[in-house]
Amino acid sequence: MADHKKAPFPAMSRRAILAGGAAIGASLFLPKGLRAQDFPTDQVNTTGLAVTDDTVQVGILHSISGTMSISETGSVQAEKLAIEQINAQGGVLGRKIETIQEDGASDWPTFAEKARKLLVNDKVASVMGCWTSASRKAVLPVFEQHNGMLYYPTFYEGLEESPNVIYTGQEATQQIIAGLDWVAREKGAKSFYLLGSDYIWPRTSNKIARKHIEDKLGGEVVGEEYYPLGHTQFNSVINKIRLKKPDVIYAIVVGGSNVSFYKQLKAAGIDMTEEAPLLLTISVTEDEIRGIGGENIEGAYACMKYFQSLENENNKEFVAAFKEMWGDDMVIGDVTQAAYLGPWLWKAAVEKAGSFDVDKVREASPGIELTTAPEGYVKIHENHHLWSKTRVGHAMADGQYEVVFTTDDLVEPDPFPEGYQ
Amino acid sequence: MFSGYSLPELGAIFAMQGFAGLILFSVFVLMALGLAIIFGQMGVINMAHGEFMILGAYVTYLVSQAFATYAPALFGAYFFVAMVLAFCASGLLGMFVEWAIIRHLYKRPLDTLLATWGLSLILQQSFRSLFGAREVGVTIPSWMMGSLPLTDLIEVPINGIFVMVLALGISAAVYVMMFKSGWGRQVRAVTQNRTMAGAVGIDTERTDRLTFGIGCGVAGIAGAAFTMIGSTGPTSGQAYIVDTFLVVVFGGAASLLGTIASAFSISQAQSILEFFLSGSMAKVITLLVVVGILMLRPQGLFSIKLRK
Repeated sequence: MADHKKAPFPAMSRRAILAGGAAIGASLFLPKGLRAQDFPTDQVNTTGLAVTDDTVQVGILHSISGTMSISETGSVQAEKLAIEQINAQGGVLGRKIETIQEDGASDWPTFAEKARKLLVNDKVASVMGCWTSASRKAVLPVFEQHNGMLYYPTFYEGLEESPNVIYTGQEATQQIIAGLDWVAREKGAKSFYLLGSDYIWPRTSNKIARKHIEDKLGGEVVGEEYYPLGHTQFNSVINKIRLKKPDVIYAIVVGGSNVSFYKQLKAAGIDMTEEAPLLLTISVTEDEIRGIGGENIEGAYACMKYFQSLENENNKEFVAAFKEMWGDDMVIGDVTQAAYLGPWLWKAAVEKAGSFDVDKVREASPGIELTTAPEGYVKIHENHHLWSKTRVGHAMADGQYEVVFTTDDLVEPDPFPEGYQ
Repeated sequence: MFSGYSLPELGAIFAMQGFAGLILFSVFVLMALGLAIIFGQMGVINMAHGEFMILGAYVTYLVSQAFATYAPALFGAYFFVAMVLAFCASGLLGMFVEWAIIRHLYKRPLDTLLATWGLSLILQQSFRSLFGAREVGVTIPSWMMGSLPLTDLIEVPINGIFVMVLALGISAAVYVMMFKSGWGRQVRAVTQNRTMAGAVGIDTERTDRLTFGIGCGVAGIAGAAFTMIGSTGPTSGQAYIVDTFLVVVFGGAASLLGTIASAFSISQAQSILEFFLSGSMAKVITLLVVVGILMLRPQGLFSIKLRK
């Protein structure tokens, strides 16, 4: 983590102090002032969580070492920012959040062990954490056994709905269907070449994409291919794509392979700005573009719920606060933003429940709205996923996306989509 | 699969696919040469080979940043400077590692495996601390990206040609050094009979250090070249290590010619299979065939006959 300037706690941005001051000022006039003495500890914490009269402990569980630290670093930063801002506004039920951070070390059994430590030894009130589906699957039994609450930020393949997890990223149908509809409607796309890294998320996502293309859009899938994680040579598949001449390359390549794929695509003379074929991805956020190089992916389209370039007041403040805390050269991708939502959604649920008890927080969660989300408005669904809008971004040479399409309505999360399995 | 295509189209695709195979071959040769020198000539199993490559990639990144800041006019040429510096950086680190760790373990070859594996972890964490956990974006001069249209239909990537030329050049240089120079004669003498080589006055310690350094230096150049086709992050080196060992072991550990022959056969098999099957299946079949051949011929494709 030496790449971040460490913000000395509790140093905070001028903006956060102002916002905090405003919130404290406003709370004097609120009928339900959120001062700790109004919420006696023995009433808001009946299950022995680490809650005192003025603090509450929250866990952060991500990989800050090993191969996944590339991706998870941004999530840790966003969660710390959200927690610092919440504290500046007076905390949760008048209690300051103290974080206990553990390193999952890109190793799934380690994630499970650290989750157990956070829940059993530290008795944290909630955990912000995990990134890969494999790590989430590893900690899930621990959270269910010890009745913890996990806020999980990554867009993922769906097919899961745990009472102990709030999924702040999109599940597969939310992310995929709107994008495919858009490319079929706006670009007249008929034939698709599906490409992915070889593990559960790309395979499940492509399964949904194929069903949607064939059954709903009346299009054709001319190829579907998977390459091992970490694969670095894509020249053969690029030739196959040339042979098949699809309208759209639908790419779900992840990690370091991404860099190889886009560099080799460009080197092979496939200019994505000409959109013949057009490239649509659901796996490349602004974070990944830093490694790929903006000039190598210019012209591609990405479909997800958040882009750093979103034009709204929430997002402007979020981006400014993030850069102030972690440095001007930071970029913010979809998952980073989803991670930022976690602490806020938990705070809202705790305050709605008037309790830190996990069962009451769970009960209060469905219907929680967040109007201050950088992506706009989100709301927790009965199935613990978020209602959110889906957007299509157009990659620019400077490594940012220009938003070219936003769904009119919030897209309903549907982790077990009928007709797509 | 090929219905509905005209003959020239198919011809063009196959030509480009043949070229893709050759690029993969060059990549394998670049990856494996450094390891072939170290493993083949010294018997040291260098698990940190990938990290020496990534050191070269990070040097390239630093040089590109320096050129962009201080000499933007010369940016198009920075890559050549970067390769020389990558060779020096990885080579010097290699010589230091040989002095600090490896030379104490020559009589215990399996322990070199553990020691260099530990070294690879140390290097990964050092990269992470120095450059951050995220991948860095190395900007490639624009003349090196893009493709060269040979005919209307056939386009070949320029960076592929660059990698091929580089692989040829380095192979030639290694060949000359090993078989035409005094140093090469000393290396081969030490490999064949260390005691006797020492007895006739060869400084075996110095030879070892230089051999290890040059092996690592070649890995550094490969790493610099791979910034064009792959990612540069703390753990990116891991992506290459399995293929690298595969090529060297399949070729016959002590034979440079074997390394090249093995790189050629594995790359062609993989590239052709990838074209007709899926990527993961191509890898599975390639590995199965390699394992099968190694069971029948454990010494690899080529081996030097020695009187034991």
